[in-house]
Amino acid sequence: MFKKLVTWARVKSPWILHFNSGACNACDIEILASLMPHYDLERFGVMLKASPRHADVLVCSGSVTKQIAPRLKRIYEQMPDPKFVVAVGACACSGGAFRGCYNVLGGIDSVIPVSAYIPGCPVKPEAIIDGVAKLLAQLDKESA
Amino acid sequence: MAENTIKIPVGPQHPFLKEPCKFEFEIKGEEICGATIRMGYNHRGMEKACEDRNYYQCLYLLERICGICSHSHTTAFVQAVENLLELEVPKRGLYLRALVCELERLHSHLLWLGVAAHEVGFDTLFMYTWRDRELVMNILEEISGNRVNYAINTVGGVRRDITADQRKKLLEISTVLKERLAYYANIGTNEPSFIARIQGVGKMSRERAIEKCAVGPFARASNVDIDVRRDDPYGIYPELEFKVITSESCDILGRVVVRVLEMVESCKMIEQILQKMPEGEIAVQKVPRRVPAGTAVSRYEAPRGEDVHFVRSNGTDKPERVKVRAPTLCNLEAAAESVVGSYVADIPIAIASIDPCFSCTDRMTVLLNDNRRGVRVATWEELRRHGVDWYRQNKGIRF
Repeated sequence: MFKKLVTWARVKSPWILHFNSGACNACDIEILASLMPHYDLERFGVMLKASPRHADVLVCSGSVTKQIAPRLKRIYEQMPDPKFVVAVGACACSGGAFRGCYNVLGGIDSVIPVSAYIPGCPVKPEAIIDGVAKLLAQLDKESA
Repeated sequence: MAENTIKIPVGPQHPFLKEPCKFEFEIKGEEICGATIRMGYNHRGMEKACEDRNYYQCLYLLERICGICSHSHTTAFVQAVENLLELEVPKRGLYLRALVCELERLHSHLLWLGVAAHEVGFDTLFMYTWRDRELVMNILEEISGNRVNYAINTVGGVRRDITADQRKKLLEISTVLKERLAYYANIGTNEPSFIARIQGVGKMSRERAIEKCAVGPFARASNVDIDVRRDDPYGIYPELEFKVITSESCDILGRVVVRVLEMVESCKMIEQILQKMPEGEIAVQKVPRRVPAGTAVSRYEAPRGEDVHFVRSNGTDKPERVKVRAPTLCNLEAAAESVVGSYVADIPIAIASIDPCFSCTDRMTVLLNDNRRGVRVATWEELRRHGVDWYRQNKGIRF
């Protein structure tokens, strides 16, 4: 019963943390744009939080660079369970345009497990909304 | 470390930083007495990656140096390559480039204004500016097919022309934006709660700004009258009329005013561009794939300041070396100095006031006076003298 309540609350109001793990800013501004009045992701209860300890969903953009990899891991470990990771953009999914650069490890999944991939270079706000809605639907189904 | 001070680390992940960067502030009570920067979290090694891509693949990669000023980096690169190839780019192509450039400046400054308002807790303005920014994003999407990385540049011109319908829309948007900008200028200079947070904060005197090589709106707000578009004109800028906006206030209020007024200038420039744009080709039809050996430097006024690209070619279809000097690199040290003396609560807005873009900036340097490899490090004075001589010989400018 309690578990059901928690899942319900989480699906209705996921709190997200945005982390730039070596992106080119394009996906970051599109994530912000999708939270802004024109696209308004907040109508799904999505709220951007500042601390990993408050967040349910880690939204990562960008390929993982060598310097950022240990930090990314630590931020993931600081988040309370259960936690989900969304990789936004082609770089976050696989390394994208930077695949093969000497300082790039690859996609987000080379460091931490990823629950949802949203491709695009850069991702359009519509795609972000679609990806988030799909993740929430999946969570809802799992809890039922 | 001085007595009675403590160090607080900020970053790499911090609510006020949109990108990873680490700052260490030395504070005494509430007052900041020192700041050090540790960058490099975003370093991906793109300059090296350019060396095994051909010029057209480089364009795709360099567009992704930074998502906000993507057009700046490609234009600077393309200008350098065209210089090496000695190409004459059709006028209409140059006009279209300048059009996208000014649209990009509009969206970048609107974005910054919103973020700056957010950093001082004025979220209403944040929402307003980002709503207006969508107007610019929509027209950019219509012109180029993409919202952020426009990919409109190619060696020898641009890839898409605008239609009569888009031209009409651009003029409409320009009118709407000018009205909105008048409103923002009014807020920026009259709203007491906003001014209380930004007036007299993040002071940077004119002398120190020059000393620290500040560029762009940050320098212009400290009354340093520089703008590459006027000082070393490229493309079609000699044909356009515009004012270089400066402010004497040397604080964050000045930076807000400079950026808002620059946007008004951009709107006027867009109207001029649409009026003066000639008919004709938009790109050179046949561009050789191999670029003759040589070096070229190209300067470009990006939304954040002067962007410099250096390209060395060796006669093949791949560049031998590409070097990017992004504007944030110049401004960052000045920004770290400008927070000294203000309060801890002013850190976010003081750092944000240079419009930092670490993905442009983050780089790795490992070379210092290495005699074995015959590398010599030039001092600041030598570089300055070289620059003065070069401009005197090649451009006939007397200092």
